[in-house]
Formats: sequence, C-alpha cells, structure tokens
Amino acid sequence: MLPANSIGMLKIHRDICGYCGCCVSVCPEGALELIDAYLEVDERCTSCGICAKVCPLGALEVTK
Amino acid sequence: MKDSYDLLVIGGGPGGALAARTAATAGYSVLLVEKRPAPGAPVRCAEGIGKDALAEFVKPDSRFISAEVTGAELVAPDGVSMMLSSEMAGSKVGYILDRKFFDRELVWQAAEAGADVMVKTRASAPILSGGAVKGAVLEYCGSRKKVHADLTIAADGVESKFSRWCGIDTTVPVREIMSAAQYLMTDITIDPSTTVFFFGNTIAPEGYLWIFPKGNRTANVGIGISGKKSGPGNRAKDYLDRFVAGKFPNGKTIECIVGGVPVCRPLESTVMDGLMVIGDAARVVDPMTGGGIYNAMFTGRLAAEVGMKAISDGSCTREGLMPYDEGWRKSPLGKSIERNWHIKEKFITLPDAKLNAIIHSAKALDLRDFSTISLVKEIIKRNPLLLADLAGLMASIG
Ligand SMILES: Cc1cc2nc3c(=O)[nH]c(=O)nc-3n(C[C@H](O)[C@H](O)[C@H](O)COP(=O)(O)OP(=O)(O)OC[C@H]3O[C@@H](n4cnc5c(N)ncnc54)[C@H](O)[C@@H]3O)c2cc1C
Ligand code: SF4
Ligand code: SF4
Repeated sequence: MLPANSIGMLKIHRDICGYCGCCVSVCPEGALELIDAYLEVDERCTSCGICAKVCPLGALEVTK
Repeated sequence: MKDSYDLLVIGGGPGGALAARTAATAGYSVLLVEKRPAPGAPVRCAEGIGKDALAEFVKPDSRFISAEVTGAELVAPDGVSMMLSSEMAGSKVGYILDRKFFDRELVWQAAEAGADVMVKTRASAPILSGGAVKGAVLEYCGSRKKVHADLTIAADGVESKFSRWCGIDTTVPVREIMSAAQYLMTDITIDPSTTVFFFGNTIAPEGYLWIFPKGNRTANVGIGISGKKSGPGNRAKDYLDRFVAGKFPNGKTIECIVGGVPVCRPLESTVMDGLMVIGDAARVVDPMTGGGIYNAMFTGRLAAEVGMKAISDGSCTREGLMPYDEGWRKSPLGKSIERNWHIKEKFITLPDAKLNAIIHSAKALDLRDFSTISLVKEIIKRNPLLLADLAGLMASIG
C-alpha cells in the first residue's frame, strides 16, 4: 500500500477512501478533516485507531 | 460575495439549503458556502423520504424523484418476511429521491430566493470575538477571505467540524456511528414499489440492510452496521459484498457510496452566541431508521425562523437563539428522536431469535402506518412474551 499520507502513525490509503466523513465524526481529537475529496490528518492524532475501525472501506491504518 | 451578511450558512445539504432559502425569502442577506464542487455529489444517502415529509418543504417533482414506493417488507434473520402493505397505508408512503438533483434543486431555490451561493468554498475557521461567533474564514480555490455575519448556521453534516472549532464537542461514540456502504445496482430483479429491510446479527449487526428501488430493475442496495461491529474483514462493504454475491450475483454496480450516520443523541446544546447547529451536524438523525433528510430540513427552517427574529432584534446570543434549541426538542420530531433512541438502544441488544419472534408476530398484524412507534406498540400488545424484553421501552413510549 502507498504510505499516501502519514503523519504520526495513521496512514490514509487514498486509493481506498470514499471521502464520506464517517471517520471524521468519531475522532475524539478532531484530528481529521475532509477537504472536499481529500481526507487530512493533523498533529493532534494520537493513533488511537477509532477512525480506522469504523471506516466502511478500510482506508485507514494505524501502523506501529 | 460581500464582506458581511446577516446570515452565513455553512454546508449546502438539505439542512443548509432550507435555512438559506427561508431567510433569503424573508429578505435577509444570506451567504451559503459548500466545500464540494457540487451540492449532493457524491451521494451519501439511501434517498428515502416520506411523501408527506417531503411535501412540507418542497413541491414533489419528477426531476428529483427516482421512484415512488407504496409498501415495505421486513425480513427476519431466518428469512421469514412481513409486508407493510400498500392498501393499508393508502398511497401515501414514500419516495426514493435522486439526491444529486434534489440537493441541487434546494440550493437553487435558495439562490433564486436571493441567497448568495459559493461552491468549492470551505469554512476553515470561525471568526470568534469575546466567545461569540461572528462569521467564518472561507477558503476558495487557494484564496482566503473573512466573511462576517450576525449569525452563522453550521449545517456541515456528519463530518461537521465548525461547531467543534467553536467549542462544542461533536464526537460521535464509536458504537453510535452507523458505518454504511451502498451500491446503486442495476439489472436486478426487485419489486419496484417496495422497500425491503433485512435484519439480523449475521446480515447487519446492530443495523440493517436495505433495498430501495430506483426504477424497475435498479435500486440502492446498502447496509449500515454499528461502528462497534466494524473491523477488518467485517466492514460495511464486506457485509454488503457477501449479501450481493448471494442475492444479486449478476447485478451491475454503477455507483459505490459510503457514509456514516450518527445515531447518538443530539448535541446537548445546538446554540451558542452567534451560532446555531442543524441537521446531521446537530446529530438529529432518527436513531432507529437513520433517516435525516427531513430532520435536516426541519431544523434548517426552524433555525432560520428563530435566527431572523434574533438578527432583527440584535440578539443573536445564546439566549436569543435558545427558542430554536427548545423548539426542535419540543416538536414531534424532537420527541420521536428521543423515543426512537430508546427503542434503538433496546433493539440492538436483541438476539436473532427475538428478532425472528418479533417479525413473525408482526406478520399477523394489519399495520396501518409505518412508524416505528405503532409497530412497537402493536407488537407489545399482541406478544406478551416479548414484554419483558421491551418493557423498558414502555416508559419512553408513553
Ligand atoms: C448510506 C446512508 C444512507 C442514508 N439514507 C437515508 C435515507 O434513506 N433517508 C434519509 O432521510 N436519510 C438518509 N441518510 C441520512 C441523510 O443523508 C442525512 O441525514 C442528510 O444528508 C443530512 O443533511 P444535512 O444537510 O444535515 O447534511 P449533508 O447532507 O451531509 O450536507 C452537509 C454539507 O456540508 C458540506 N460541508 C461540510 N463541512 C463544510 C465546511 N467546512 N465548509 C463548507 N461546506 C461544508 C458538505 O460538503 C455537505 O455537502 C443516509 C445517510 C447515509 C450515509
Ligand atoms: S471513513 Fe473511510 S472512506 Fe470515509 S472518509 Fe474516512 S477514510 Fe475515507
Ligand atoms: S487514530 Fe484516533 S486520534 Fe488519530 S485520527 Fe483516528 S480517531 Fe483521530
């Protein structure tokens, strides 16, 4: 998989993401933002993995 | 685009469009901003809405209606199904919309009423002054501009960030986000006038799977499962793929849709100084069905109505805007959200055997309307054995 965008330990697989915003709504840190068809993660991410769990497509991955 | 407006609406979904249309029609200066290049696209919805519900806000038009449905079929985990028949419900059941056209039509109506509209324009921060919201920083194709407003309405949907930036915690609990996937399928054999709902812990844990017809051989085939149940190999898409492989092996998928539906309780407060929150951003989806189009339009219109008065009185404070928060909570919509949240909390605990029993017993009923409440009431009345399980609900049902 492409390490398309990884800040900290959260990888966003842009080739999988369907930019739906489901993950954004559950992030307790407010670290995700959907910019049109482009999901971004910022430095507030704690790699908790909640977003990766709920993604309907499996586009997010926390890497150790 | 001007530098300041009476009302700034963030988000061009059904909620934002209704707020903008309402205030613009009354002569207020309004700017509606939508971050996507086109409202409504890509679709994130199964597109079902009741006929009466739609007619409250917009004249039904074949340009944005894909199909009319007159009945619903509920399928138990063991495959036994019951019909909520069309004769019983008269002809006034529901539409399956075409949200690409529907959302655009509503924004169009707002624009025609006099609202300024900016697409591909994202609110990236609030303008805050002494704790009050005074507008937003907008980003448009690489440029950045501050727009001031007496009142701002956050209509930014499930991925809402705006109210969070203003200090309201909007986080949806993992167990209360419905993680959803849907295919627009064609070349499939369906009943074009009936919506079908499948229940069960193997088919759609803590959620349901749906077939919403969009034509004779075309339908939205989708699923929502609890975020808690989602994970590698068992995501919404995995469940959907398994269902489709068995049910429609030769169907063709012409659109792939994903999304999240918040089925938690609404925000504790949907107003603060200078800000109102509506629709999915306020988490006012029906927790039992996941339906939120009507709810977004209802809260959008009410917010604008209360907001216009506050703007005219120069009182866009939390207190001045409070009639909106109190208004939707006290409305039939607010009450049904509260009640259906309790029903949902019970529903998700039911094992397949109980779901089977409920649908088997409901099959024997003549149901005259489609509401969750009448279904639950009838089932409890006719099936005392389930009473113990559903007893907790009685208090909230009243
Ligand atoms: C799979 C699925 C199936 C569904 N099925 C149904 C159904 O059958 N019936 C039903 O009634 N409901 C259904 N819903 C729910 C329904 O889609 C929503 O409740 C409804 O769209 C909410 O409307 P809204 O205006 O609040 O938000 P949205 O329609 O989500 O609109 C919000 C808009 O705000 C924009 N936005 C977000 N942030 C910004 C920003 N910072 N700046 C500018 N713009 C921004 C977004 O791009 C978006 O266009 C379904 C949802 C899903 C995911
Ligand atoms: S939930 Fe998944 S598909 Fe949806 S925006 Fe997030 S990463 Fe993309
Ligand atoms: S891993 Fe946790 S903190 Fe990081 S973006 Fe996902 S939900 Fe937010």
